Amino acid sequence: MNRIVISNPLSLVDIPVGGSARVVNILTIGANRRRLLDLGLVPGSQVEVIRRSPAGNPTAYLIKGTLIALRNDDARQILVDTN
Amino acid sequence: MIKNTSLPIQGKEPASNFVIALAGNPNVGKSTVFNRLTGLKQHTGNWPGKTVTRAEGTFSHRNRRYTLVDLPGTYSLHASSTDEQVARDFICFSRPDLTLVVCDATCLERNLNLVLQILEITDRVILCVNLLDEAERKGIYIDIDMLTRKLGIPVVGTAARSGRGLSRLKDVLDDMVAGKIATTPWQVIYDPELEASISEIEKRLTPYLPDWISSRWAALRLLERDYSILEHFTGNKNEQFPQPVLKEEVALCLQ
Repeated sequence: MNRIVISNPLSLVDIPVGGSARVVNILTIGANRRRLLDLGLVPGSQVEVIRRSPAGNPTAYLIKGTLIALRNDDARQILVDTN
Repeated sequence: MIKNTSLPIQGKEPASNFVIALAGNPNVGKSTVFNRLTGLKQHTGNWPGKTVTRAEGTFSHRNRRYTLVDLPGTYSLHASSTDEQVARDFICFSRPDLTLVVCDATCLERNLNLVLQILEITDRVILCVNLLDEAERKGIYIDIDMLTRKLGIPVVGTAARSGRGLSRLKDVLDDMVAGKIATTPWQVIYDPELEASISEIEKRLTPYLPDWISSRWAALRLLERDYSILEHFTGNKNEQFPQPVLKEEVALCLQ
Protein backbone atom coordinates (compact mmCIF):
# COMPACT_ATOMS: atom_id res chain seq x y z
CA MET A 1 0.00 0.00 0.00
CA ASN A 2 1.29 3.39 -0.95
CA ARG A 3 0.84 6.05 1.59
CA ILE A 4 1.67 9.55 0.59
CA VAL A 5 2.92 11.60 3.49
CA ILE A 6 2.37 15.23 2.57
CA SER A 7 3.99 16.61 5.64
CA ASN A 8 5.14 15.35 8.96
CA PRO A 9 4.29 18.08 11.44
CA LEU A 10 5.92 17.86 14.82
CA SER A 11 3.91 18.77 17.87
CA LEU A 12 5.17 19.89 21.25
CA VAL A 13 4.77 16.38 22.72
CA ASP A 14 7.35 15.07 20.22
CA ILE A 15 10.11 17.25 21.67
CA PRO A 16 12.25 15.40 24.25
CA VAL A 17 13.12 16.81 27.65
CA GLY A 18 16.03 19.21 27.24
CA GLY A 19 15.06 20.02 23.69
CA SER A 20 13.51 23.19 22.36
CA ALA A 21 11.29 24.15 19.45
CA ARG A 22 9.56 27.09 17.83
CA VAL A 23 5.77 27.34 17.69
CA VAL A 24 4.42 27.23 14.13
CA ASN A 25 0.69 26.90 14.62
CA ILE A 26 -1.98 26.11 17.19
CA LEU A 27 -4.70 23.73 16.05
CA THR A 28 -7.36 24.31 18.71
CA ILE A 29 -10.04 26.97 18.48
CA GLY A 30 -12.17 28.94 20.91
CA ALA A 31 -11.43 29.41 24.58
CA ASN A 32 -8.71 26.77 24.60
CA ARG A 33 -6.82 28.53 21.81
CA ARG A 34 -7.23 31.84 23.58
CA ARG A 35 -5.80 30.33 26.76
CA LEU A 36 -2.73 28.93 25.00
CA LEU A 37 -2.12 32.26 23.24
CA ASP A 38 -2.42 34.11 26.55
CA LEU A 39 0.18 31.80 28.06
CA GLY A 40 2.61 32.99 25.39
CA LEU A 41 2.20 30.16 22.87
CA VAL A 42 2.03 32.31 19.77
CA PRO A 43 3.58 31.46 16.41
CA GLY A 44 7.29 32.21 16.60
CA SER A 45 7.61 31.62 20.36
CA GLN A 46 10.56 29.54 21.47
CA VAL A 47 9.62 26.73 23.89
CA GLU A 48 12.00 24.63 25.98
CA VAL A 49 10.97 21.26 27.40
CA ILE A 50 12.05 21.25 31.04
CA ARG A 51 10.69 18.04 32.59
CA ARG A 52 7.96 15.46 32.49
CA SER A 53 5.98 14.42 35.54
CA PRO A 54 6.57 10.83 36.72
CA ALA A 55 3.45 9.61 34.89
CA GLY A 56 4.57 11.41 31.73
CA ASN A 57 1.70 13.88 31.83
CA PRO A 58 1.69 16.85 32.25
CA THR A 59 5.00 18.26 31.00
CA ALA A 60 6.66 21.49 32.12
CA TYR A 61 7.69 23.94 29.41
CA LEU A 62 9.65 27.16 29.63
CA ILE A 63 7.69 29.76 27.67
CA LYS A 64 8.81 33.40 27.54
CA GLY A 65 10.58 33.17 30.88
CA THR A 66 7.88 31.29 32.80
CA LEU A 67 7.50 27.60 33.56
CA ILE A 68 4.11 26.37 32.34
CA ALA A 69 2.71 22.84 32.72
CA LEU A 70 0.64 21.56 29.82
CA ARG A 71 -1.34 18.38 29.40
CA ASN A 72 -0.13 16.23 26.53
CA ASP A 73 -3.55 16.55 24.90
CA ASP A 74 -3.05 20.31 24.73
CA ALA A 75 0.62 20.09 23.75
CA ARG A 76 -0.34 17.81 20.84
CA GLN A 77 -2.35 20.69 19.36
CA ILE A 78 0.72 22.91 19.20
CA LEU A 79 2.69 22.41 16.00
CA VAL A 80 6.38 23.23 16.15
CA ASP A 81 9.60 23.07 14.20
CA THR A 82 13.06 22.49 15.61
CA ASN A 83 15.15 24.71 13.33
CA MET B 1 -21.05 34.75 38.11
CA ILE B 2 -19.55 37.57 40.07
CA LYS B 3 -21.84 40.53 40.30
CA ASN B 4 -20.29 43.86 41.02
CA THR B 5 -23.40 44.97 42.87
CA SER B 6 -22.18 43.24 46.00
CA LEU B 7 -18.71 44.74 45.89
CA PRO B 8 -17.90 47.15 48.66
CA ILE B 9 -16.27 49.57 46.25
CA GLN B 10 -18.98 50.48 43.83
CA GLY B 11 -18.97 53.41 41.50
CA LYS B 12 -17.40 56.59 42.72
CA GLU B 13 -16.27 56.97 46.28
CA PRO B 14 -16.12 60.40 47.85
CA ALA B 15 -13.45 62.43 46.06
CA SER B 16 -11.18 62.29 49.08
CA ASN B 17 -10.68 58.55 48.67
CA PHE B 18 -9.27 57.26 45.38
CA VAL B 19 -9.49 53.61 44.46
CA ILE B 20 -6.53 52.03 42.69
CA ALA B 21 -6.76 48.53 41.21
CA LEU B 22 -3.49 46.62 41.33
CA ALA B 23 -3.22 44.11 38.47
CA GLY B 24 -0.49 41.98 36.95
CA ASN B 25 0.73 38.51 36.06
CA PRO B 26 1.38 36.06 38.90
CA ASN B 27 4.79 36.44 40.59
CA VAL B 28 5.72 39.91 39.44
CA GLY B 29 6.09 41.30 42.95
CA LYS B 30 2.60 42.76 43.01
CA SER B 31 2.17 42.06 46.71
CA THR B 32 5.57 43.58 47.44
CA VAL B 33 4.47 46.77 45.68
CA PHE B 34 1.21 46.57 47.61
CA ASN B 35 2.92 46.17 50.98
CA ARG B 36 5.45 48.90 50.20
CA LEU B 37 2.75 51.38 49.28
CA THR B 38 0.40 50.56 52.12
CA GLY B 39 3.11 49.99 54.72
CA LEU B 40 1.85 46.45 55.41
CA LYS B 41 -1.44 47.77 56.67
CA GLN B 42 -3.37 45.28 54.60
CA HIS B 43 -6.33 43.20 55.54
CA THR B 44 -7.62 40.42 53.34
CA GLY B 45 -11.21 40.01 52.33
CA ASN B 46 -13.34 37.59 50.43
CA TRP B 47 -15.24 38.29 47.28
CA PRO B 48 -18.88 37.51 47.95
CA GLY B 49 -19.62 33.88 47.22
CA LYS B 50 -16.08 33.20 46.03
CA THR B 51 -13.05 31.56 47.57
CA VAL B 52 -10.71 33.95 45.82
CA THR B 53 -9.28 36.43 48.27
CA ARG B 54 -8.11 39.91 47.63
CA ALA B 55 -6.17 42.30 49.78
CA GLU B 56 -7.15 45.86 50.34
CA GLY B 57 -5.04 48.53 51.95
CA THR B 58 -4.87 52.26 52.30
CA PHE B 59 -2.21 54.92 52.14
CA SER B 60 -1.98 58.68 51.95
CA HIS B 61 0.21 60.78 49.72
CA ARG B 62 0.26 64.54 49.18
CA ASN B 63 -2.88 64.92 51.31
CA ARG B 64 -4.90 62.43 49.27
CA ARG B 65 -6.16 59.14 50.57
CA TYR B 66 -5.95 56.01 48.43
CA THR B 67 -7.44 52.54 48.69
CA LEU B 68 -5.31 49.96 46.91
CA VAL B 69 -7.07 46.76 45.83
CA ASP B 70 -4.72 43.85 45.11
CA LEU B 71 -6.34 41.69 42.41
CA PRO B 72 -5.48 38.04 41.70
CA GLY B 73 -2.46 37.59 39.41
CA THR B 74 -3.51 36.63 35.88
CA TYR B 75 -1.98 36.26 32.43
CA SER B 76 -5.13 37.47 30.74
CA LEU B 77 -8.52 39.06 31.35
CA HIS B 78 -10.61 36.70 29.28
CA ALA B 79 -12.68 35.51 32.21
CA SER B 80 -11.80 31.89 31.55
CA SER B 81 -11.07 31.34 35.25
CA THR B 82 -12.48 32.78 38.46
CA ASP B 83 -9.29 34.75 39.07
CA GLU B 84 -9.45 36.33 35.64
CA GLN B 85 -13.09 37.17 36.02
CA VAL B 86 -12.56 38.78 39.44
CA ALA B 87 -9.75 40.91 38.02
CA ARG B 88 -11.65 41.82 34.88
CA ASP B 89 -14.91 42.67 36.62
CA PHE B 90 -13.15 44.89 39.10
CA ILE B 91 -11.15 46.83 36.50
CA CYS B 92 -14.10 47.13 34.16
CA PHE B 93 -17.24 47.38 36.23
CA SER B 94 -16.17 48.63 39.66
CA ARG B 95 -14.61 51.62 37.94
CA PRO B 96 -11.48 52.22 40.01
CA ASP B 97 -10.02 55.70 39.68
CA LEU B 98 -7.02 54.11 38.05
CA THR B 99 -5.43 50.75 37.39
CA LEU B 100 -1.81 50.13 38.29
CA VAL B 101 -0.37 47.23 36.28
CA VAL B 102 2.77 45.62 37.68
CA CYS B 103 5.13 43.91 35.22
CA ASP B 104 8.20 41.71 35.62
CA ALA B 105 11.15 43.47 33.94
CA THR B 106 12.87 40.11 33.35
CA CYS B 107 10.10 38.87 31.07
CA LEU B 108 8.39 41.99 29.80
CA GLU B 109 7.10 40.43 26.58
CA ARG B 110 4.94 37.94 28.46
CA ASN B 111 3.59 40.69 30.71
CA LEU B 112 2.65 43.13 27.96
CA ASN B 113 -0.19 40.86 26.81
CA LEU B 114 -2.13 41.73 29.95
CA VAL B 115 -1.19 45.41 29.67
CA LEU B 116 -2.65 45.66 26.17
CA GLN B 117 -5.83 43.89 27.29
CA ILE B 118 -6.27 46.37 30.15
CA LEU B 119 -5.65 49.29 27.78
CA GLU B 120 -8.61 48.06 25.73
CA ILE B 121 -10.81 48.47 28.82
CA THR B 122 -9.59 51.74 30.27
CA ASP B 123 -7.21 54.61 29.55
CA ARG B 124 -6.62 55.30 33.24
CA VAL B 125 -3.62 53.01 33.53
CA ILE B 126 -0.12 53.32 34.95
CA LEU B 127 2.51 50.68 34.24
CA CYS B 128 4.99 49.74 36.95
CA VAL B 129 7.96 47.78 35.57
CA ASN B 130 9.09 45.97 38.69
CA LEU B 131 12.04 43.70 39.51
CA LEU B 132 14.43 46.11 37.78
CA ASP B 133 17.19 44.93 40.14
CA GLU B 134 16.75 41.34 39.07
CA ALA B 135 16.67 42.36 35.41
CA GLU B 136 19.93 44.29 35.82
CA ARG B 137 21.57 41.23 37.34
CA LYS B 138 20.54 39.35 34.19
CA GLY B 139 21.91 42.11 31.98
CA ILE B 140 18.46 43.30 30.90
CA TYR B 141 18.01 47.03 30.42
CA ILE B 142 14.48 48.44 30.10
CA ASP B 143 14.03 51.67 28.16
CA ILE B 144 11.31 53.25 30.34
CA ASP B 145 11.04 56.41 28.19
CA MET B 146 10.54 54.38 25.03
CA LEU B 147 7.86 52.24 26.73
CA THR B 148 6.10 55.38 27.92
CA ARG B 149 6.04 56.79 24.39
CA LYS B 150 4.98 53.54 22.72
CA LEU B 151 2.24 52.64 25.19
CA GLY B 152 0.96 56.19 25.64
CA ILE B 153 0.64 55.78 29.42
CA PRO B 154 2.96 56.66 32.33
CA VAL B 155 5.58 53.97 32.99
CA VAL B 156 7.59 53.84 36.22
CA GLY B 157 10.52 51.51 36.87
CA THR B 158 10.76 50.01 40.35
CA ALA B 159 12.60 47.51 42.48
CA ALA B 160 9.92 47.22 45.16
CA ARG B 161 11.94 44.94 47.43
CA SER B 162 14.45 47.73 48.09
CA GLY B 163 11.89 50.51 47.71
CA ARG B 164 13.53 51.95 44.62
CA GLY B 165 11.20 53.99 42.40
CA LEU B 166 8.27 53.91 44.80
CA SER B 167 8.19 57.59 45.74
CA ARG B 168 8.17 58.43 42.05
CA LEU B 169 5.37 55.89 41.55
CA LYS B 170 3.30 57.61 44.25
CA ASP B 171 3.91 61.00 42.62
CA VAL B 172 2.75 59.67 39.25
CA LEU B 173 -0.35 58.09 40.83
CA ASP B 174 -1.14 61.43 42.38
CA ASP B 175 -0.56 63.37 39.15
CA MET B 176 -2.92 61.08 37.30
CA VAL B 177 -5.65 61.26 39.93
CA ALA B 178 -5.26 65.04 39.92
CA GLY B 179 -5.87 65.03 36.16
CA LYS B 180 -2.38 66.30 35.33
CA ILE B 181 -1.63 63.37 33.00
CA ALA B 182 -3.42 62.69 29.74
CA THR B 183 -2.98 59.23 28.24
CA THR B 184 -3.13 58.03 24.64
CA PRO B 185 -3.17 54.25 25.07
CA TRP B 186 -1.73 52.11 22.32
CA GLN B 187 -4.52 50.24 20.56
CA VAL B 188 -4.34 46.80 19.04
CA ILE B 189 -5.60 47.03 15.44
CA TYR B 190 -7.12 43.76 14.24
CA ASP B 191 -7.47 42.59 10.65
CA PRO B 192 -9.84 44.56 8.39
CA GLU B 193 -12.64 41.99 8.50
CA LEU B 194 -12.66 41.98 12.29
CA GLU B 195 -12.38 45.77 12.46
CA ALA B 196 -15.45 46.07 10.23
CA SER B 197 -17.44 43.79 12.55
CA ILE B 198 -16.23 45.74 15.57
CA SER B 199 -17.46 49.06 14.16
CA GLU B 200 -20.79 47.57 13.13
CA ILE B 201 -21.43 46.11 16.60
CA GLU B 202 -20.18 49.28 18.30
CA LYS B 203 -22.59 51.37 16.27
CA ARG B 204 -25.57 49.23 17.20
CA LEU B 205 -24.64 48.70 20.83
CA THR B 206 -23.79 52.24 21.83
CA PRO B 207 -27.31 53.20 23.00
CA TYR B 208 -27.37 50.17 25.28
CA LEU B 209 -24.01 50.83 26.91
CA PRO B 210 -23.33 52.87 30.01
CA ASP B 211 -21.19 55.76 28.79
CA TRP B 212 -18.18 54.71 30.85
CA ILE B 213 -17.77 51.36 29.06
CA SER B 214 -15.52 51.20 26.01
CA SER B 215 -17.83 50.16 23.17
CA ARG B 216 -14.86 48.73 21.28
CA TRP B 217 -14.01 46.48 24.22
CA ALA B 218 -17.64 45.39 24.58
CA ALA B 219 -17.84 44.60 20.86
CA LEU B 220 -14.70 42.48 21.06
CA ARG B 221 -16.07 40.46 23.98
CA LEU B 222 -19.35 39.86 22.22
CA LEU B 223 -17.48 38.72 19.10
CA GLU B 224 -15.78 36.17 21.36
CA ARG B 225 -19.25 35.07 22.49
CA ASP B 226 -18.58 36.27 26.03
CA TYR B 227 -22.09 37.26 27.05
CA SER B 228 -21.28 37.56 30.77
CA ILE B 229 -20.61 41.27 30.25
CA LEU B 230 -24.25 41.89 29.25
CA GLU B 231 -25.39 41.74 32.85
CA HIS B 232 -23.56 44.96 33.50
CA PHE B 233 -25.27 46.87 30.68
CA THR B 234 -28.27 48.86 31.66
CA GLY B 235 -28.28 51.54 29.00
CA ASN B 236 -26.76 55.00 29.05
CA LYS B 237 -27.93 57.89 31.16
CA ASN B 238 -30.78 58.82 28.81
CA GLU B 239 -32.32 55.43 28.25
CA GLN B 240 -32.69 52.20 30.18
CA PHE B 241 -33.08 48.87 28.47
CA PRO B 242 -34.45 45.68 29.95
CA GLN B 243 -32.15 42.67 29.67
CA PRO B 244 -34.36 40.74 27.16
CA VAL B 245 -34.34 43.68 24.72
CA LEU B 246 -30.60 43.94 25.05
CA LYS B 247 -30.04 40.21 24.49
CA GLU B 248 -32.23 40.31 21.40
CA GLU B 249 -30.29 43.23 19.97
CA VAL B 250 -26.99 41.47 20.64
CA ALA B 251 -28.25 38.32 18.93
CA LEU B 252 -29.17 40.44 15.88
CA CYS B 253 -25.74 42.06 15.87
CA LEU B 254 -23.95 38.75 15.85
CA GLN B 255 -25.91 37.19 13.01
